[in-house]
This record gives sequence, C-alpha cells and structure tokens, in this order.
Amino acid sequence: MRRRLDPGGLAAHAILILYCILVLYPVALVVLNSFKQRRAIFNTPLALPNPRTFSLAGYQTVLLRGEFPRYFLNSFVLTAAALAIILLLGAMAAHALVEFRFRGRATTTLYLALGMMLPVRLGTISLVGLIAGLGLTNSLSGLVIVYAAQGIPISTLILTEFFRQLPSDLKDAARIDGASEYRIFFRLVLPLARPAMGTVAVFSLIPIWNDLWFPLVLAPAEATRTVTLGAQQFLGEFSSDWNALLAALSTAALPIFGLYLIFSRQMIRGLTAGAVK
Amino acid sequence: MASRAARDWRHGTRFAVVFLAPAMLLYTVFMVWPLVDSVRLSFFTANDSGVRRFVGLANYLTLFTNSLWSDRLYGALRNNIVFFLIHILVQNPVALLLAALLSRHRLRLRAVYRAVIFLPVLLSQVIVGFIWQLILNPLWGVSQRILGLIGLTHLYQPWLGLDRSALIALSLISVWQWVGLPMILFYTAMLAVPEELIEAAKLDGAGEIRIFLRIKLPLILPMIGLVTLLTFIANFNAFDLVYITQGLLGGPDYSTDLLGVFFYRTFFGQQLQLGSATMGATVASVILAIILLGVAAYRLLWQRRVTAYEL
Repeated sequence: MRRRLDPGGLAAHAILILYCILVLYPVALVVLNSFKQRRAIFNTPLALPNPRTFSLAGYQTVLLRGEFPRYFLNSFVLTAAALAIILLLGAMAAHALVEFRFRGRATTTLYLALGMMLPVRLGTISLVGLIAGLGLTNSLSGLVIVYAAQGIPISTLILTEFFRQLPSDLKDAARIDGASEYRIFFRLVLPLARPAMGTVAVFSLIPIWNDLWFPLVLAPAEATRTVTLGAQQFLGEFSSDWNALLAALSTAALPIFGLYLIFSRQMIRGLTAGAVK
Repeated sequence: MASRAARDWRHGTRFAVVFLAPAMLLYTVFMVWPLVDSVRLSFFTANDSGVRRFVGLANYLTLFTNSLWSDRLYGALRNNIVFFLIHILVQNPVALLLAALLSRHRLRLRAVYRAVIFLPVLLSQVIVGFIWQLILNPLWGVSQRILGLIGLTHLYQPWLGLDRSALIALSLISVWQWVGLPMILFYTAMLAVPEELIEAAKLDGAGEIRIFLRIKLPLILPMIGLVTLLTFIANFNAFDLVYITQGLLGGPDYSTDLLGVFFYRTFFGQQLQLGSATMGATVASVILAIILLGVAAYRLLWQRRVTAYEL
C-alpha cells in the first residue's frame, strides 16, 4: 500500500519530536555530564563523554560521602509499607461501600472525596504534634501512617468504581455455600481486584516516593532520610562539586527511570482507563 | 414486624463498620483532624512557656494588618496568583496542542511520544529543580551555549537569579515538569469524542483546526475545568521547587515567595525569627480558605455553566 504524503502528519511529528527533545535534553545533559571529568563538564558540556573525558569521580563521591544505599532502603521500606496499608484498607472500605447497604453510605463517600481536594500539608502543625505525641518523630512508621492516611481516599474511590463492575453472582454463590463475609472478601474479591490495585499502587507510589515535605518536617534525621530528602541535603552540601552534583542527580533519578521503563504502559493505561486507541 | 430487610440492614451495617473502620479511622485521625485542629489553633496564641490562650481573630488581624506579616502575605499571594496564571496560560494550551496531535488518527510512535512527555511528572521536584538550576546556572554556561547554537547568545540572562524573571522562570520549570499530566487527561477526553462526529464534520468539509475548535474543544471543556482546579490546588500549596532552587526566603528579594513557603517559614522560623505554631496555623488556614474558595468557585461558577455533553 502506498502511503500518501500527509503534510499535517509531518507537522504533528515535527512538533512532537521538538517537544520530546525539550523534555529529554535537560535530563540527558545531566546524566551524560555525570560521566565526565570536571574540566570536560565545563569546557564541552554539550559533547558526549569519550574515553578521554570519561570519569566516575562524581559517583565515587556519591558512594563515599553520601548514604544513598540507606536512603534507597528507607524510601523502599516506607513506600512499600504505606502502599500495603493503602491497598488493604482501601479495598476493605471500597468493598463495604459497594457490598453493604447502610445508613450514611453516601455521606461516607462524600467525606472520602473531600480528602482528594484538601492538601494534608496544611495540617502539618497539628500532625507534627500528633506524631511527636506518639513518639514517632524521626521514624519511618510516622511517615508511613501519614502517607497511608493521605492515600486512602483515592484508593478507596478508585477501587469502589472497580468493585461496582464485578459481577455479584460469585459472591452470592459463595454466600449460599456458607462462606463468611471475611472469606468472601479475602478469597474472592481481593484476588479479582488485582489489576485495579496495580493501578492504585502505581499512582500512590510516585507521590510518596517523591515527597520532600513530610520527611523534612517529620523525619529529618540522617537515619530515616528518604531518597528525596537525602538527595536534597546531599545536593545542598556538595553544591560546588559539579561531578558529585550531576552524579547524585542521576543516581536519585535512576529508580524512577527503571520503574518507568517497566511500568509506563500500565501507568498510562491506568490514566487513560476506558479509552481505547 | 422484624422484616428480613431490616435484619439484612443491621447485618449489612455490622460488616460495613468492620470493613470501613480501619480506613476511616486512619483517614480521620491523620488527615481530617490535623486540618481541623490547625484551623482551631489559629484562634489561639502561646506564651513562652507554651501555654495556649484563646485570642479570637487576633492572629488574623496581625497577619492582615501588621506590615511585618502582611507585606509577606500579600507578596506571597501576588506571586502565587502569577504562578497560577502562568500555569494556566502555558500549561493548558501546550497540553491541549500535544493531546490534539497525539489523538490524530493512525499516528505512528504514539506510545513513545506519550511516554516521553509524561516522564518528568514522575521525577521528584528536587531532581527537576536541581536539573534546571544547573542548566540555567551561568557558571556551567550550558544555556548560553545552547542559545549560541541558534545565534541567540545575547538573550541569555541568569533568569533564576533576577528578581524580575525568577518567578516566571520557576513557573515555566514547573509547567515543564507537570504538562504531561493534563496532556494525558485531555488526550483521554479527546479519545472519548465519537469518531462519527468527526467523520461527519470531515464530510461537511471541515478542516482539522476547525474540527478541533468546534467539536473537540467544546467536548473536553469539562476536563479543562477540572485540570484548572487541580492545578489551582497544587499551585496554592506549592513549596518544593522554590525551597530547592531559591531557598526558604523565596529569593531574590522575596520575588518567588509562595504561600506554601511563607507557611513553612512562619511555622519553623528562619534565621533570627522564631517559628510560631499558632501563626503558622493562621497562615495554613488562610491557604485552606483560598483553596476552598477555588473549589467553591469551580462548583458554582464553572460546573454550572459548562454543559457536559452526554456522549
């Protein structure tokens, strides 16, 4: 089949390619220069690293002076724990909203929807007191609780939508067979909800991993620093060591790039849910 | 008559409580209560030994009329409005254009474009802020060189360091980071536009631009409103980007001071000034009121006027 030349299509590609360059170039510039010697960073910043300019000096500084392995571990533990709570409690609440008729169901949904509009950050002052009162200042648990609370509204509402579409025959059949409501939820509903929970997980994960505010306010100690806070502190401390700056930025971005390579399709599919093309 | 329905209802309520309680408890104690309590705190003041005393609206009076406070409040508010307006004027049109191009029939490489444009949304503001700070830094000279490639070196200025351009530069960096999100949302809304509608318009001889302006744009107007509201909420408690690139004072000369940064400074203090929890709570309550006003305006003025076409 011969393709006709389509001027509109060419223009579309031209604009999209230009925009992609605008997105990728700044990131690439930082990553590429992180593999160069200091002199090359300044003399030929736009060039690719070559055997003469190649250097890992920045990464050495990051490894020796930074605590990035610990930051990654903290962020990982924290995000995983918060996600587990968000998914389990969100699914339970969504199940209740879909499955049981009770007085105040509409009010409950509205009350949760409110949480998607209001920034938790504005409650920081009371939250600091609350977390301190529980003895959880400078602990990962304190952060986990805050992120879980903040993630529950959206997770509950997305899962509610999803549970609504599940056929009720299976559940009714299980009830007739004498299965308890708990068994129905854990053995029947949860496994079926896996794809929807994947979507919720991917969306809840990014804001938690990237958050700077709560680590800064609730857990600034070296031992509990997350990647985001750790990178911010490191970058501030090494602000004149360009090798270290570029290497630390690349290191901090690495897990996100990795995650994105694996999950970009799911993420975008989650956002474009319902639309096919 | 203890009907079966009534028994089911009670039965249902018991399980509903069991399944709902953990989520509601966590959400109420660690999200709703802190917000409510912050507002309550704004009506109190604390002496040096931390004893709190009810003072009514005195904190608000200080914040709005004592020039030590009000100059910063109004300055941050003005900057925040500019920050928001730049987002709306740049982010929405760019996202619309990209979404319109992406939703073209049989576009090749669609998934690649989409993925690339969405990428910065996933990076933390720490990373984005530092990347742009380095790139705009006159010491590195990358911006001069890139402008040099197209013969425009003379246009270069250390934008983040000048008080008349810092806020604009910062807003554009923020737009650069977030544009992928509205793009995907607009794109999804455009995909929902029925193909027959567009085919019919084509048969009537409508061009691509006309189809966009007369069919797609009106149909995705509700989504544009929602994106604008979400941007408003995010902008009015923005903090990270300013803190990272300009510091806690929103420099140079407070030109990039936003309400979220002012809130942090008020609560935690900076340099010689001690932090105050009750004044911090007052600033937080003002921001909360602004956000609620925005939500109310959206519901009353926008949602009521814009017809959502049933497709």
